[in-house]
Amino acid sequence: MTPFILRHGRAPLLAALLAGTSLGTPAHAETTLLNVSYDPTREFYRAYNDLFNDWWTAQGNEPVTIEQSHGGSGAQARAVIDGLEAQVVTLALASDIDAIAGNSDVVPEDWQKTLPHNSAPYTSTIVFLVREGNPKGIKDWGDLVGDGVQVITPNPKTSGGARWNFLAAWGWALKTMDGDEDAALDFTRKLYANVPVLDTGARGATTTFAQRGVGDVLLAWENEAFLALAEIGEDKFDIVVPSVSILAEPPVALVEGNLDDEQRRVATAYLEHLYSPEAQALALANYYRAWDTSKAAPEDADRFPELDLVIIEEFGGWAEAQPRFFGDGGIFDQIYSE
Amino acid sequence: MSLSITPTTHVTTESRPFRVTLCLVALTLTAILLLAPLAVVFAEAFREGAAAALDMVSERDARAAIGLTLTVAAIAVPLNVIAGFAAAWAIAKFDFRGKAVLISLIDLPFSVSPVVAGLALVLLYGAHGVLGDWLAAHDLKVVFALPGIVLATLFITFPFVARELIPVMTEQGRAEEEAALTLGASGWHMIRTVTLPNVRWALLYGVLLCNARAMGEFGAVAVISGKIRGQTTTMPILIEMFYNEYLSVAAFSMAALLAGLALLTLALKSFLEWHHADAIAASRRH
Repeated sequence: MTPFILRHGRAPLLAALLAGTSLGTPAHAETTLLNVSYDPTREFYRAYNDLFNDWWTAQGNEPVTIEQSHGGSGAQARAVIDGLEAQVVTLALASDIDAIAGNSDVVPEDWQKTLPHNSAPYTSTIVFLVREGNPKGIKDWGDLVGDGVQVITPNPKTSGGARWNFLAAWGWALKTMDGDEDAALDFTRKLYANVPVLDTGARGATTTFAQRGVGDVLLAWENEAFLALAEIGEDKFDIVVPSVSILAEPPVALVEGNLDDEQRRVATAYLEHLYSPEAQALALANYYRAWDTSKAAPEDADRFPELDLVIIEEFGGWAEAQPRFFGDGGIFDQIYSE
Repeated sequence: MSLSITPTTHVTTESRPFRVTLCLVALTLTAILLLAPLAVVFAEAFREGAAAALDMVSERDARAAIGLTLTVAAIAVPLNVIAGFAAAWAIAKFDFRGKAVLISLIDLPFSVSPVVAGLALVLLYGAHGVLGDWLAAHDLKVVFALPGIVLATLFITFPFVARELIPVMTEQGRAEEEAALTLGASGWHMIRTVTLPNVRWALLYGVLLCNARAMGEFGAVAVISGKIRGQTTTMPILIEMFYNEYLSVAAFSMAALLAGLALLTLALKSFLEWHHADAIAASRRH
């Protein structure tokens, strides 16, 4: 008997496997930034990274490699806290960057003051995506609690978009019910009773609704809703704009603790350039509500319907809203544990 | 050894239509549960033609993911072969206190959810984990890098080799090894010429299963990968990413490639079984 494994088996297999490894190790000569972002920004940052590199090299700099990581905003913040070495974070809401500042020393406490507009280079809001022809006749938040209406929204514990969804619903309830918080609590309880599944991130929820065909209405980032129409087909879905929604500000920040000198120079320019007219036009083209429309195509700038937007400050800012609504034992826990 | 069976007696007492129905039900279930999902993956991958599918899997991120997956398997599988062989050897050939505990420990990865395994590794090696400060002081990256992905894969695939080897080694007992030692063989010589040849088929199955799982693991790796495109995305992670980015042809092309690798593993196993049926039967001594 020959020891088959030793003589013939493992060596060629190993050699074959090792031969494959050269595919996965790119060279690392140039400066590399890791941008840890939330779910719906994939397409925007893919385009922006090219735009930034073109501009950056035109200024006489060496090109930079920008790596991307995307996921639910809360989960991404958690990963940075656990040691994911991001140089910049571009998340869905301020409280996730606050969480990084609070649970580690890589981001300073006053990060939000460093860039204009609360460090939010673009904003968005929450709208409804319904199936073509709106078969359930959904027009506003009040229609979401009807019998037999299935609502798709991700989990506010892990998803930033889901937290904006929740607060938009709460904001509408307060406005239509004369500020009665018990009525708002009752409304959101009924709303979440109609949610069959909570995905961890906004993109997962969009996939559940759009590609797997679950549910009647998706509470979505406006940019996600437009993107789903563009990617999957205008003939499959309609966007419904509710009477009241929320001004969602997805902020950006340097991760100071993970920067060397060269990275600091590049990363600072990377975030500041987000406010340039060209980058703002790109954000508008990617369905974000950006501030500067001077370089944008008219159809990109005029796409967004006017609606009544509540702002996070009406909830006392994220520092107050986060623990009250989404903290352990907070309002979301109370309504969802029933 | 074999019983003589008279051709006229049926083993079953059920009527023929009943048996045919039962067979049809089993075949239909197999088709629905196993073949249909696989067929859909391949159909979706080749929806825009083989060239498009090939383009997708040779794109930069896809190549990096394939390279990473093969690297992880190339590190994890040999380590598991050594650890699994040592564990199976200890359990099958020696009696010691705590043997039952060791067997249970080997089975642990089967019973623990992969997500829990991933989280446990983050708790241990993460920036605020038990070993986080020490790793940072020595400039060692574990989580959200290759070592973390390898550790997660090692944990998940640990039982495969040992579980294949233990029954075969136990059944074979230690008589042959004892004879080799009595005849003056060194320990290593004995392992090479007696133990390994006796268990080579079981070992090969273990390696193939371990490899298939190492390439396919999603849950534990997802927690610890950090999902950096082209850096820490293995094939299963990239498949999910592509799917979430509305790139369904790319997602299913990668899925088809991964399924193809698994099918190749299965085919290899079947081929060896068929080609060496006599040797396998002999090594099992039935």
